[in-house]
Amino acid sequence: MRSSKVNWYKYASPVNFYPVAGRLIPWFAVPAATLFILGLYQSFFVAPTDFQQGEVYRIIFIHVPAAWMGMFLYLLLAFYAGIGWAFNARLSSMMASSLAPTGAMFTFLSLVTGALWGKPTWGTYWAWDARMTSTLILMFLYIGFISLQAAIDDRRRADRAGAVLALVGVINIPIIYFSVQWWNTLHQGATIRLLNKPTMAAPMLRAMFIMLAACWLYSIAVVLYRLRCIILERELGTARVAAANPQLAQLPQKGVI
Amino acid sequence: MFGWMLRRDLMLAWRRRSDVLSTLFFFVIVVSLFPLGVGPETQLLKLIAPGVLWVAALLASMLSLGRLFANDHQDGTLEQMFLTPQPLYLIVLAKVFALWLVSGVPLTLMSPVLGLQFGLSPGTLLILLVSLFIGTPVLALIGSIGAALTLGLRGSGVLLALLVLPLYIPVLIFGASAVDASIAGISAQANLLLLTALLVLATFFSPWATAAALRISVE
Amino acid sequence: MLEASNLECVRGERLIFRNLNFALQPGGLLQLSGPNGSGKTSLLRIICRLLAPAHGEIRWRGENIDSLDEEYSMLLTYVGHKAALKDELSALENLRITNGLCGATSDAKTLGSALEQLGLGGLEDLPVRLLSEGQRRRAALAVLAVSNTKVWLLDEVLASLDRKAVDLVQNLIEAHLDKGGFAIVSTHQDLTLSASSFQRLDLAS
Repeated sequence: MRSSKVNWYKYASPVNFYPVAGRLIPWFAVPAATLFILGLYQSFFVAPTDFQQGEVYRIIFIHVPAAWMGMFLYLLLAFYAGIGWAFNARLSSMMASSLAPTGAMFTFLSLVTGALWGKPTWGTYWAWDARMTSTLILMFLYIGFISLQAAIDDRRRADRAGAVLALVGVINIPIIYFSVQWWNTLHQGATIRLLNKPTMAAPMLRAMFIMLAACWLYSIAVVLYRLRCIILERELGTARVAAANPQLAQLPQKGVI
Repeated sequence: MFGWMLRRDLMLAWRRRSDVLSTLFFFVIVVSLFPLGVGPETQLLKLIAPGVLWVAALLASMLSLGRLFANDHQDGTLEQMFLTPQPLYLIVLAKVFALWLVSGVPLTLMSPVLGLQFGLSPGTLLILLVSLFIGTPVLALIGSIGAALTLGLRGSGVLLALLVLPLYIPVLIFGASAVDASIAGISAQANLLLLTALLVLATFFSPWATAAALRISVE
Repeated sequence: MLEASNLECVRGERLIFRNLNFALQPGGLLQLSGPNGSGKTSLLRIICRLLAPAHGEIRWRGENIDSLDEEYSMLLTYVGHKAALKDELSALENLRITNGLCGATSDAKTLGSALEQLGLGGLEDLPVRLLSEGQRRRAALAVLAVSNTKVWLLDEVLASLDRKAVDLVQNLIEAHLDKGGFAIVSTHQDLTLSASSFQRLDLAS
């Protein structure tokens, strides 16, 4: 039997990764949809009513996974952007650009669900507690990254500038979080910790994990899809893309990146 | 080397004095807007003073960042800096230091005068001065990263603000809390020490990030 | 001793040039020509390490310039499109600062005579913004009269100069080449100077 060596490096080229990404998407999209349905069912019908917060607490099944995704995706973004910069790997940088909108969306979702949770529970839409404030600042970091990349015409400069910004952001996150905690304790005095998660019974934990897994799978599917769009935008001028993907030959060649 | 860059920037700032003074006047005007906005009640003003003074100083510092690299980039002197024997890190440090001397220090010295408008006591005014003295260099250092990243872009002023203001938040928190502590009669030492820690970190790491960002922007 | 092999330059996803090669020996002059946008400035910037090539490398004395540290930058004098002068400072002050930043410590007299050599005697204390375009260009080129770097990279520097100034600059370049220096000059005009080796690189091809 002839041993075949897979040349993995070939897939570091955006052009070659494009069809691979296309084939991978359904493997994540379908399980994501399934898990979402399962998770929502679990959250609304199986998890028991909370002793303290009644039915309202159920929003945490979206709020908490969204918050975690916002955080993780930023770290992932910084990682890919850093690799793209250090190794001059275009695909890596494109991955970082692809992650940003999804991460921003989850962060925004976490802020909105946090506000919706706060109103019935604590009487106010926005409470300046450490976690929500840090999430707000994370939102600003995402907006900064996306705006910077949008403002630069030269794609490679945009990739690298985004990398510097993301890495500076990642390093600053612990500092920002610590300072917000500090600020919060200084001004809260003797307060109840707002937005406390209720003690979690097993069905609740299960629902949480299912929703988190659903969010991860959704993220991967969406990010891969967006990555394909970015690859098209940036590489459409290349003849190799046309050769590797004959169905694109019908599209008008813009040659503008 | 470092000295030459510093000398050059200070000479240039002296010849463009109006730029420098306008940053200072911006600070004064913005601070004066707040009592006009919230009313002259002394207790209220005392409450908001640390935040207002610090935010205004922060915004004024941020405005001065536009001058850091843009001019050199336009007349071609920036690329020459890449070709000197000294590491870009030192050149950046010299430029940021010059910027701080020319905008941060006047702001800091002006602040006690403005603090009087808010009815702060002499002890608090001193803490305000010290907190800005330690904090404004940090703002300049962190801001220089943003200035380097947004070099030559359209709408770079607003974009710079977007990038840099979230990173300014820890400085704002520790600085304003220091003044707050003094008003409350307790020691501001913890906050000032944290500010100093930020200064040390920023001095070591941000010129490096700024130099990297400059290379990226100039290519 | 200064050679380029297989250089490829991509700017903003547009291919500017590829498969570019040259080799320069001490005393050699390389003239770059070609229409606007053909990559003359990009090539000079690649040699200065202000820009990274997409492929290929430049070697100084056999070593890839990316592996050399500040000593390589010290070998170069790059006079670009924009006269790297601060408008508020005088020609003399500009020259003194450029000098100081490069670690050289020429005294005021040497710098003054350099400016005189370029026909700026009497104008050296005026803020540069008051000088005419040709005078600014000459002030920017004054650095050539005081530098003792080995490699001169000149980008369209003869553009706004009159006949006399062009001759001045060509004399400076000749003297530099005689001392064993290298010069890479991008220009539309014809150079009429003698060099031990005169190569032309047309980037239009």
